[in-house]
Amino acid sequence: MELGFLLISMVKIAAILAYLYGVLWILGHQNRGIKIGGLIVAFGVIQALLLDFGGFQVLTDFDSGLLFQACTMTMVALGLNLIYGFNGQFSLAQWGFYGIGAYTAADITYRWGLGDARGLLIAGLGVILGGLMILAVRRLVRRYKGMPVLSQFTLYLIGSVMAGAVAVFIGNALNPGLAPLFGVSDAPGILASPVVMQIVFFLAVLIAGAFAAEVSFLFGLPVLTLGSDYFGIATLGFSIVIQTLMVNTDTLLPFPEMKGGRGMIGIPKLTTWFWAFLFLIAVIIIMRNLIYSSTGRAIMSVREDETAAKAMGIDVAFYKLFAFVVGSLFAGIGGGVYAHYIGFLSPGTFDFLVGFNPLIIVVFGGLGSMTGTIAASFGWIFFLEGLLRVLLGQMGTEAPTWRYVLYPIALLLLMLLRPQGLLGNVEWGFLKRPAIKLRDAAPTASVSK
Amino acid sequence: MQNTIPTKTSAVSADYRSLEPTANQPAPVLEISKLTKQFGGLRAVGNFDLTVRQGALDGLIGPNGAGKTTVFNMISGLYAPTAGDILFYGENLVGMEPHEITQSGIGRTFQNIRLFPNLTVLANVLIGYHPHAGYGLFDGLLRNGRFGAKEREMTERAQDFLAIFGLEKYQHELAKNLPYGEQRRVEIARALASDPKLLLLDEPAAGMNPAEIGRLMEYIHFIRDRFNLTILLIEHQMRLVMNICEQITVMDFGEVIARGTAMEIQNDVRVIEAYLGRGAAGRQGVSM
Repeated sequence: MELGFLLISMVKIAAILAYLYGVLWILGHQNRGIKIGGLIVAFGVIQALLLDFGGFQVLTDFDSGLLFQACTMTMVALGLNLIYGFNGQFSLAQWGFYGIGAYTAADITYRWGLGDARGLLIAGLGVILGGLMILAVRRLVRRYKGMPVLSQFTLYLIGSVMAGAVAVFIGNALNPGLAPLFGVSDAPGILASPVVMQIVFFLAVLIAGAFAAEVSFLFGLPVLTLGSDYFGIATLGFSIVIQTLMVNTDTLLPFPEMKGGRGMIGIPKLTTWFWAFLFLIAVIIIMRNLIYSSTGRAIMSVREDETAAKAMGIDVAFYKLFAFVVGSLFAGIGGGVYAHYIGFLSPGTFDFLVGFNPLIIVVFGGLGSMTGTIAASFGWIFFLEGLLRVLLGQMGTEAPTWRYVLYPIALLLLMLLRPQGLLGNVEWGFLKRPAIKLRDAAPTASVSK
Repeated sequence: MQNTIPTKTSAVSADYRSLEPTANQPAPVLEISKLTKQFGGLRAVGNFDLTVRQGALDGLIGPNGAGKTTVFNMISGLYAPTAGDILFYGENLVGMEPHEITQSGIGRTFQNIRLFPNLTVLANVLIGYHPHAGYGLFDGLLRNGRFGAKEREMTERAQDFLAIFGLEKYQHELAKNLPYGEQRRVEIARALASDPKLLLLDEPAAGMNPAEIGRLMEYIHFIRDRFNLTILLIEHQMRLVMNICEQITVMDFGEVIARGTAMEIQNDVRVIEAYLGRGAAGRQGVSM
């Protein structure tokens, strides 16, 4: 039994890696028709495996659970790789932003499901106003050169509070007008229809990402001025603050529906393979296009040598903040997708100790390797949760705890044998550096002697 | 590479107009006056004055610890001066961020090479282009036509720079894997990519052998003429300084002790004393 299970799990991991390779190859294909067709096929393959053919299902609920976990983990870890692997800022806050995204998105759809549009209205408006506020304050700050960072931060903070207050006011004012459209449980109105629910879910995930990004902007602005190690400690503090707030959502924060430490239950389970696949591919495409642009080179130059980057005309403070915000955006989106898959959020999930997982994945896959992060996220979940937990579970009830002995040992061995990470600098298909069409003739200029 | 003088109207540039070129002297590019840098109780640079004129190739020399690199770091904004002004085409650089100073047209290299070690040579040079890449974040995310055209143009120009320095065969190598001399040249190519009007070279010949220094002198002359540059360099290799620098400023203990042509400097008593110690001046000329 154990041996058979081991073999099947190995085949599964190999199959999922082959699948990822295929998806990246398709994404990188020159022909647009093949690209789009291939993506539909790639989506369809898993979708078909997930279908229930009268009691027979290739991918069981357990497997699909792993799959969705791996997808969200990939988004979180890719974001962290942008911050740590490409920009060189050691951050432990990623897990906090993941949690912020999860709770934000969950609250929006949960309230919507109960016929309360305030979640969407307030969060949506708040995020939009917050974004506009940041742009406006940024323009103001630029006019006064040499303004201390803490003064800037204060301005942004005041702006955020004002934007939030306006959003709450407008949201509360608009909500009664929408209430009749939800109908009653016997006769659901138009807003309670499944289609609208899907749209709300989609918006909720985007809003969750944007909200996490805006929080990371506010947090990162002062904290990114710290040196690398101090920044790491500060981000650890952030993760702890976020988790403490989550435990006390019903007492410290005015969100009784989140139920504090008992965990938020009853979140509509709206995440389908379609949404997970869509968001995953979107994150991968954004990440890759960002890295292989001038902005990406600027981000990497900050990692390589801040002083030289400054001397090359690169605004180091801006690009640190930019990478941090985009990385948090990915984490927030991942959180939104995750929350609606299991339908239950517990603050324990967002404990800062668990927050080391994406960090380990990023290092495991290779800092600065997007393929490595994606492969390591899937491999990690399928190996640790899919294989080890079950395998050890069959040996005794306490045995699964051994995986926290086994995987650190595996990690130690990897660090000793392959310090550059599992895949090093290897990128697959779409994630390879795209070639730029150059003129045919060789460069003509040379020193005339 | 057009040399356009910024036409900003401010109190400073009004001052600057009074310094319009006289009959045969080009306009000043860089005017440093009373520049001082205090590190705690240590006065690294004191009352430093320097004027570099359009198209010049000037040198800044002095014994170790004389404060030469500190002056460079203040010009490029890495250090904030304790006092004094740095005018670049009449615009005061004091208080500006390093990246703003670079974008206004001052490129530099570092004494201890500061390439981006884990990026390719080509990427190193392309980063120099970043401030005027010509496309924004969203062009990059969408990879639209504008992105393609600008990226191609940038890459071609970067390859041209690499070709000038005979580095095109290394373009896909990681910068850290290059030999020392090549790394120095990559650094110059990268500084040129940021489209400077004034180039600051901090000990470009450090660690080079005589043959390499000979070639470096050719390169420096060549890039100045080709890109209409004004160059200010720090150097310990006297052969290079005495051969190519038009005006040489000598520093010791943070202050200017002499200024003039190579000939004048070599016979200046204070310079000889600074390098060889008091009393040496009477016995021999400096073998520079």
